[in-house]
Amino acid sequence: MTGVTLGKALNLALHDALQSDSRVVMFGEDVGNLGGVFRVTDGLQEEFGRERVFNTPLAEATIAALALGMAMKGFRPVAEMQFDAFSYPSFQQVTSNIAKYHTRTGGAVNMQLVIRIPYGGNIGAIEQHSESPETYYAHTAGLKVVTPSTPADAYGLLLGAIKDPDPVIFLEPKARYWMRQDIDIPAPPLPLDRAQVVREGRDATLIAYGPTVQTALLAAEQGESEGVSLEVVDLRSLSPLDMDTLAASVRKTRRAVVVHEAPVFMGLGAEIVAQLMHDLFDVLEAPIERVGNATIPYPPSRFEKLFLPDADRILEAVDRTREY
Amino acid sequence: MAKALHTHPQAREGDDNSIGSLVDAHGLLTPEAERDAAVSDDQLRELYRMMVICRRLDQEGLNLQRQGELGLWGPYVGHEAAQVGAALAMESTDWIFPYYRDFAMAVCRGIDPGNILTIFRGLTHGAWNPYEYRFAPFIIPVGTQVPHAVGFAVGCKFDHEQTAVLVGFGEGATSTGDWHEAMNFAGVFQAPVVFLCENNQWAISVPVEEQIAGRIVDRAAGYGFPGVRVDGTDVLTVYAVVRAAAQHARQGHGPVLVESVAYRLQAHTTSDDPTRYRTDADLDPWKGSDKDPIERCAERLRQRNAYDDTFAVAVAQEAEERASAMRQTLVAARPPHPESVFDLVFANPPASLMRERDEFTSSLEQGGAE
Repeated sequence: MTGVTLGKALNLALHDALQSDSRVVMFGEDVGNLGGVFRVTDGLQEEFGRERVFNTPLAEATIAALALGMAMKGFRPVAEMQFDAFSYPSFQQVTSNIAKYHTRTGGAVNMQLVIRIPYGGNIGAIEQHSESPETYYAHTAGLKVVTPSTPADAYGLLLGAIKDPDPVIFLEPKARYWMRQDIDIPAPPLPLDRAQVVREGRDATLIAYGPTVQTALLAAEQGESEGVSLEVVDLRSLSPLDMDTLAASVRKTRRAVVVHEAPVFMGLGAEIVAQLMHDLFDVLEAPIERVGNATIPYPPSRFEKLFLPDADRILEAVDRTREY
Repeated sequence: MAKALHTHPQAREGDDNSIGSLVDAHGLLTPEAERDAAVSDDQLRELYRMMVICRRLDQEGLNLQRQGELGLWGPYVGHEAAQVGAALAMESTDWIFPYYRDFAMAVCRGIDPGNILTIFRGLTHGAWNPYEYRFAPFIIPVGTQVPHAVGFAVGCKFDHEQTAVLVGFGEGATSTGDWHEAMNFAGVFQAPVVFLCENNQWAISVPVEEQIAGRIVDRAAGYGFPGVRVDGTDVLTVYAVVRAAAQHARQGHGPVLVESVAYRLQAHTTSDDPTRYRTDADLDPWKGSDKDPIERCAERLRQRNAYDDTFAVAVAQEAEERASAMRQTLVAARPPHPESVFDLVFANPPASLMRERDEFTSSLEQGGAE
């Protein structure tokens, strides 16, 4: 299929999951005949009916809890949170109940459910529509956290998340909903625990995920014109981390920069850097750099770009690792 | 515009309260409703028997905690009618989502009480398979189990099952957002849920008048379904009303809220010190035999000539035996290998977690060798 947007790829994955498995259900705020505020569920209610795709009252905690109860009943719920910062009312249900239910039932009950959350900024929106909450979820044992960076990955990872027997927080880079790609569908589900080298290089590794993968690729392109060969790794899975793929890349390049929109402080980069420093201490030529937001509430959109990672900031960080 | 999706408009009126008419102004089954309920002597004796057993198990739980065998115990004395009456009112095909104090419900469902106690001994987080007993795990964060029951019930409805789902909670839970959301969802989806509020008038140290303005039972009308307030010390009333509510839910008429009013006669848990916030005099109105679920049930049995010393002694004897068996099971329970905690996190664990497990195991082995 040609020119498929990331949002459409998610829509196609939901469609194929709903079609191939009668236990898959999809619900959230405005996901019915509106098709969701980003149109990711466009047309699904019409095709699959109101017991497969349905609106819920506006209450995120119970949207998550509904997924728990329906998963326990043997459905495979896919719940939608409308925006990153609107997922917080469901935090207790997700962290205290969904993440722990398998343990709490001695392994008898699987939480085979997906919670989709659009995240990240760069869309000129207000603060609650632009946050990057991934660390909250990745820090919670019992959850898997994935995020695609391309339409093809969006399709494959969402199918993989729906098929996985454990609860998956599926973070959708909303600034990339409109990114287009030619993709082959139907395609098999992607594994949930593998990073991918999306560009090979020699001089340093850029580690990115979700919305920042394209930014990192742009930086690598720019770097190449300046004579620097950059490898780009797309994490795809934020929990677990595919440290084998990361380590293999950094073992080769000996330098790394982690890029995310979330604040650097306590961000996912902190864990990645700690593990790489521990495992590759002898190999590294320089401290690993991190590019991300300052420790501030998401900035007003008029100057959000000053705080978002861009190619220049990434290349400056690369320079610091090369000049160390 | 599309209509609301999952509602039966005719069932959305909160004043459709045929279940409410089962009880009088004191929350007791009316003579008419009692006749219609046709609870047999044997059924009433069974309610009595389970209440006596469960009260004895509660006492044993308290003893075990005081003797250092349990880390914590949450007594439920005073709740026997609510928990036993409600649990036995549900069909075996129905489901129960309990809150942490609903120990007697678990016992009524056939879960080995000695195994349940392994949770409070710190041996495990999950002591039974919910599918085996149709009994969900105890949930500690107050009120958060209520929407789980609604989700499960929506699933039952979509599967066209004749299944009702009972969810237990205290009056404190009715202050939480999750409780209100769950009530609303249940009304909107017409989910087959029986909400059972065990109003024991204390949320740890906070009395009900500092917790709630108005009446809990009246909240049901705001969510478009019936509510009924019952005397939670009369097991026959609880049993008959919950049974009717479950039938109402099973038949597709939507949820019901049952507020069962009783009194928490003991501390919140063994970690609590009620002398700091209430006096013995506060308990006096609830200590008489007219408020004791077991005494009241015995009295009802006597009125039916269905109670004698032989029966009472046999039940008491059985309660002693079961308390003793519970203690033995608990004390004999061996801790699982600590490594097992890694195996219960995921159904499909990532390799990184298995590596953490292996590191943990080898560090244990090294520690043991020193």
